[in-house]
Amino acid sequence: MEFTTLLIIIAQGLAVIAVLMTFCSYAVLAERKVSAWIQGRVGPNRTTLPVIGAIPIIGPILTRLGVFQPMADGLKFLFKEDLTPGHVNRNLFILAPVLALIPALVTVTVVPFGQYVTEAGEVFPLVLADLDIGILFILAVSSLGVYGIILAGWASNNKYSFLGGFRGSAQMISYELAMGLSVLPVFMWVNAPGGESALNLHAVVQTQEGVWLAIWQPLSAFIFLIALFAETNRLPFDMPEAETELVGGFHTEYGSFKFGLFFVAEYAHIIIGSAVFVVLFLGGWHLLPGVPLRIEGLLGAIVSVGIFVAKVAALVFVFIWVRWTLPRFRYDQVMALGWKVLLPLAIANLIFYALVIAAIDSLI
Amino acid sequence: MAKEATEVSYGDVLNRVTRREDEMQFDKLSLSMGPSHPSTHGVLRLILDLDGEVVTRCEPVVGYLHRGDEKIAENMTYNQFVPYTDRLDYLAPLANNVAYALAVEKLAKLEVPARCQAIRVLVSEMSRISAHLMGLGAYALDLGAMTVFLYTFTEREKLYTLFEELTGARFTTSYTRIGGVARDLPEGWLRKVEKFCDQFLPVLDDCSNLLTRNRIFLDRAEGIGVISKEDAVGYGLTGPNLRGSGVATDLRKDCPYSGYENYEFDVPIGTKGDCYDRYLVRFEEMRQSVRIVRQVVKSMPDGPWYAEDAKKIFAPPKDKIMTSMEELIQNFMIVTQGPQMPEGEVYFEAENPKGALGFYIVSKGGGVPYRMKIRSPSFCNLSVLPKVAPGCLIADVVSVLGSLDFVMGECDR
Repeated sequence: MEFTTLLIIIAQGLAVIAVLMTFCSYAVLAERKVSAWIQGRVGPNRTTLPVIGAIPIIGPILTRLGVFQPMADGLKFLFKEDLTPGHVNRNLFILAPVLALIPALVTVTVVPFGQYVTEAGEVFPLVLADLDIGILFILAVSSLGVYGIILAGWASNNKYSFLGGFRGSAQMISYELAMGLSVLPVFMWVNAPGGESALNLHAVVQTQEGVWLAIWQPLSAFIFLIALFAETNRLPFDMPEAETELVGGFHTEYGSFKFGLFFVAEYAHIIIGSAVFVVLFLGGWHLLPGVPLRIEGLLGAIVSVGIFVAKVAALVFVFIWVRWTLPRFRYDQVMALGWKVLLPLAIANLIFYALVIAAIDSLI
Repeated sequence: MAKEATEVSYGDVLNRVTRREDEMQFDKLSLSMGPSHPSTHGVLRLILDLDGEVVTRCEPVVGYLHRGDEKIAENMTYNQFVPYTDRLDYLAPLANNVAYALAVEKLAKLEVPARCQAIRVLVSEMSRISAHLMGLGAYALDLGAMTVFLYTFTEREKLYTLFEELTGARFTTSYTRIGGVARDLPEGWLRKVEKFCDQFLPVLDDCSNLLTRNRIFLDRAEGIGVISKEDAVGYGLTGPNLRGSGVATDLRKDCPYSGYENYEFDVPIGTKGDCYDRYLVRFEEMRQSVRIVRQVVKSMPDGPWYAEDAKKIFAPPKDKIMTSMEELIQNFMIVTQGPQMPEGEVYFEAENPKGALGFYIVSKGGGVPYRMKIRSPSFCNLSVLPKVAPGCLIADVVSVLGSLDFVMGECDR
C-alpha cells in the first residue's frame, strides 16, 4: 500500500513536469508565431521531423505552423556548451535557475483544472493536491521565485545582472502586496460570514457556476491581472531583463540549459498565473457566465479540462499580445504605479467589498 | 613631445584609479555601457557613474569605427570617393552622395541641369524618410516597443527596393557623380514612388497610433533629456535635434540648394526640447518629405540628367565613347586623371537626415583633393550627452540616445 502510494505520487510529479514543460514549449511557439503575426512576419516555419513531416498535405501544414519547432528549441538548449564564466559565484550561479523553476512546478499541483461529476451528482475537482489553503499556498510558493532572480543577479558578478536582480526583487515584492489584497475580496465573497471558511480554489470555481467573479469584481480582476504581469516580469514590466537597457539583466551571463531553465520558468509562471486568474475570475471550467458545466462521467471531465485549457490559452495570448504592443515602463515608474496606484486601489477595493458584503448580509 | 604623452597617460591612469577607489567605497558604480550594447546603436561607448540607478556623470567614448575617411579622400579622385560617402551615415547613403557631389560642384562652380537637381532632391528626401523610419523604429525598440520597429523596417525595405531599381544597390548606392548622377531614372519608376507614398502615410499613422498618445511612451519620452535652445545652439546641434529644441533652422529653407526653393514644405519645430519633441519632429519631417517627393514627382523636368558642357568633369555616355573619338579621349582623361577642379577652398553643408553634413575641400587643382574635412552631424549631436545625461536614470539614457538618433559610421568617420 505504502509503495503504491509512493508510485502514484512520483507518477503525478512526472506528469506535472511533462505537461507543464509541453505547455511551456508551446507557449514559446505561440509567442513566436503570434509576435510574427502581429509584426507582419512569418515566424518559425522550417523545422520538420523525418517521418511525420513527410506525410503528404498534413506534414507541410504542420511544418509551416511550426509545430516541431519547440523540440528543436529544447534540443538546442540541451546541446549547447554549458559554460560557467570564471568570475561568478559558482554554487549560487547553478542554484539560481533551479530556484526559478521549482516554485512554478510546485504551484501547479494545487490549481484545479477540471471536474468529475458522478452519476449521483457529486462533484470532484481534478487537482493533484486539493489543499484547503490553496491560494495561500500559491502566493507563498510563487513568491519564492524571486530568489532565482536575485541570486542569478548576485552570483553573476556583473553590473548589469546586479541591476537586473535588484530591480526584479523590488518589483516582485511590491506587486505581491497588491496581488494579495486583490485576491482577498474574492474569498470574502466566496465564504459566507459565519459559515465554514476555506481558501480552497475549487470552492471558488463552484461559486462561479452562475456569474463569473470578473463580473462581480472587475476591479479586483484588473488589479490582479496587472500584478500578474509584474510578477511574471512580462513587458511592460520586464525590468529585470530590459534587454535594451541591461542587455539581458539577471540572465546576461547564462547560456545553454541554465538559460533554458530561466526561459521555461518565465513561461511556466505565465501559464500558472493565467490558470489562477481563470480559476479566480473567469469561472474556471464553466463555459460561459450563466452556463454551468454539469456533464457526468469521463466525457464531462474531458470537456471541463478542455474548456479550462482553452481559457488559459486565451489569457496567454493576451500576455503575448500586450508584450508586442506596449513600450516598457521605467523602473521608478513601475514602483510608483505599484505603491501609489495599485496598492491604494486594492485597499479601497477591499474595503468597498467588505462593506457591500456586510450590507448584503445584514439585509438577508 | 614624448614626455607630454606619458604625462597624459599617467593622468588617465590616476583618473581611473580614483574612480575605482570611489567605486570601492560604495559611493559610485562605474558602468561601461558599450561599445557593444543593444541600445548604443553601433559602437558608442558611454562611461556612466551611477548613484543607485541615477547617472551622475556620462562620458561618451567615440572612435571605435574610425576608418580615416578624410585621409583616404586625399588619395583618390573626386569620383572615387563617392562610395566612401555611402559609409558615412549608412542609413541615408543617397543623401550623403548628393551632399558630397554638391560640395565638389560648388568647388568647380558647376551648375547641373534642372532634371539632375530634381532627381537629387527626390532621392535625398526618400533617404530622409528611410533614415527617419530607422531612427524612429530604433527609438521605439529602445523603449521596448518592438513591433513599431518591424513596421518601420518593412516600409524601409520597400524604399530600398526602389533604390535598388534606381542605383543597382540597396544599401551602398553610390548614385551621384560630380556633375550629374550615375544613370537616369528607370522607366515607370516615378509611378512606383508615388504608389509608395500613397500606402506609406497610413502605415505612418499606424505607428503614430501605437506611440504618440501611448501613456507609457509619454512617460518615457516627455520631459526626458531636455536640451534648451541655448544648449542646442551652443553644442552645435543640427537637424531634427536642433529643431526639436525650438530653433527653426533648416538648410533647405535657409540657404536652399539643388532647387529646394521650388518646393513647398514646412519645417516642424519642438517647444521643450525633450525626447518627445525630437520624436514628433522626426515624425512630421517624414510627412513633409512625402510632400516634397510628391511635388518633385509631379514636376519632374525633362532634359539632360548630367552637365553636358562640363567636358572635363563628367564622363560621357557609354554609347558615345564607343563611337566617337572626342568622347573616348574625354572618358580616358576623366578615368585616369579624375574630374579636373580649379584651385581653391570650399565648404558646403547639406541638410541630411541627421543634421548638417558638411564637406570642407581644399583643392590645389587637378583631380584629387588636397585636403578634405567632413563635418558630421552625429558627432556634434553626441557632444551634448555629458550635459544631458547627468540626473537621468539608466533607462532615460537609453531614451536620450535613441532620440538623438546618431550613426556611428558618420560620427567616427
